[in-house]
Amino acid sequence: MRALVWHGKEDIRCDTVTDPEIEGERDVIVKVTSCAICGSDLHLFHNFIPAMLPGDVMGHETMGEVVETGRGLNGKLKKGDRVVVPFTIVCGECDQCKRGYFSVCQRSNRKKHLADKVFGHTTAGLFGYTHLTGGYPGGQAEYLRVPFADSTVQKVPEGIPDEKLLFLSDIFPTGWQAAVQADIQPTDTVAIWGCGPVGQMTIRSAVLLGAEQVIAIDHLPERLDMAEAGGAITINFKEENVVERLNELTGGEGPEKCIDCIGMESHVTPAMPDTVYDRAKQILLAESDRPHVLREMIYVCRPGGLISIPGVYGGLADKIPMGAAMNKGLTFRMGQTHVQRWTADLLRRIEEDQIDPSFVITHEVPLDQGPEMYRTFRDKQDSCIKVVLKP
Amino acid sequence: MTNLSSLTNFSNITRSEGDPKVIHSGPSSRGVPDSLARGLGWFSLGLGLTELLAPGRITRALGMEGKEALVRVYGAREIGSGILSLSVDKKLGLWSRVAGDGLDIATVMTALRPDNPKRDNAVIALALLLGITAIDLIDAQATTMRHSRSAGRRRTYRDRSGFPRGVDASRGAARDFKTPPDLRHAPALAAVSPRTSAA
Repeated sequence: MRALVWHGKEDIRCDTVTDPEIEGERDVIVKVTSCAICGSDLHLFHNFIPAMLPGDVMGHETMGEVVETGRGLNGKLKKGDRVVVPFTIVCGECDQCKRGYFSVCQRSNRKKHLADKVFGHTTAGLFGYTHLTGGYPGGQAEYLRVPFADSTVQKVPEGIPDEKLLFLSDIFPTGWQAAVQADIQPTDTVAIWGCGPVGQMTIRSAVLLGAEQVIAIDHLPERLDMAEAGGAITINFKEENVVERLNELTGGEGPEKCIDCIGMESHVTPAMPDTVYDRAKQILLAESDRPHVLREMIYVCRPGGLISIPGVYGGLADKIPMGAAMNKGLTFRMGQTHVQRWTADLLRRIEEDQIDPSFVITHEVPLDQGPEMYRTFRDKQDSCIKVVLKP
Repeated sequence: MTNLSSLTNFSNITRSEGDPKVIHSGPSSRGVPDSLARGLGWFSLGLGLTELLAPGRITRALGMEGKEALVRVYGAREIGSGILSLSVDKKLGLWSRVAGDGLDIATVMTALRPDNPKRDNAVIALALLLGITAIDLIDAQATTMRHSRSAGRRRTYRDRSGFPRGVDASRGAARDFKTPPDLRHAPALAAVSPRTSAA
């Protein structure tokens, strides 16, 4: 089959690889009908996430049709089922899964010993990601093996286009969880840093959950346009002072809820000297993450407020103003998304026309154009916001 | 297997039997300018280390004895350019190489004086420098163009709300959602302040 394969920094290729095979009783093989490039794939593209190996198949936003099943599924999945494959692999049986904390499933990481060493304790296995999370081959491919399939995948009905359902695999639940864990109240101002795909989904989720005011921060005109279309007040950080503008929009008190949809690779500009400092340290391997957004959120957030972090951080971040965070009594909530906790409810909301997540797609191309699209997406060329690949 | 690095083959020992393994590799997302930038980056590191560790050999070869400290400084600069050229900020690294080439050329030109017994070596070094400057300049321009945001169309997405019923009708449409107990935070002021509630 063909698959997008990681060969090194900025080196993704559309390779011919062997087909995946069933290994466990709860495995299925999915024939991929649609998959997408995620913002976090760019962290892998840049080799900022440790423990990638040449030959790793990329991709963690996938959907398709079940074409082969293991023997232990007890009829829960059968050939021909249409499924969305969340990026988190979950056993559904461990203590964390029972709590709904699926992204820290205790049993699905097949390289638990690595995660135990680096993180202290293992987290869930993830598709198309680092070997710290199992090194499972990803779904930017023609076929995908899904372990623990009966608890991992979300069955979806026929008759709804892939484009509306695909993002149940990651960015829609990620944006939703980012907003839900902020526990948005009708009087809240929610400030969202980053108007990439996750930021766009977070804006829609905050609007649906009834925030009084949603403010979106970015610098790319097309992304700010899309944010505004979704009901956000926008701030272009290259034209306005973010802190001043947020204070102005909140009567000088700051937003109650701040959401970081950027993560470890915040934009670098001489106007924000800490970003230059972070970039220099990152190049010299003295720091893995550029936490400018985190610093800004801690500074501007209202005392007693909440900081929600769906953006991916990879390792070590420097100069976090913990004094301000502690004295202001801020609450931090973060983590990879517990996708399976939200998918059924979000599928209903798509079916009821509360939202159509396909709005975010700007490019749809065949799989073999994937390597070029990684570059287009990374360089923000051609007004690219979200790429869907068709195997 | 064709066109595969030994590292790709070696990494297969970490994969399970049913995992896909590369049989044949396709074209890379890395273009020619990107690959050349990597090559130049490694070259910078090699040259920089040589300048830093053995400046005397360089100054003797060029008839520039007494300039060892300057060569060391250039070595540090070269290492910086190399690190940048190998990073995702390769454009910056390549342009810093071009600027460095200018300094190198100006410095070597001082060794072209007629009384320098190593003048011939200096001429060869200058020719090499001019050649490498041309390569640096071409690659810096090609890389800048390849990764420029201005490539491609400019589009607007002002009609992409994502809400089939419109934004206004969608505000609060998911208020039926009850925040799970483990994700609750501070209640709204109205819920805890009688004064505000009464108002």
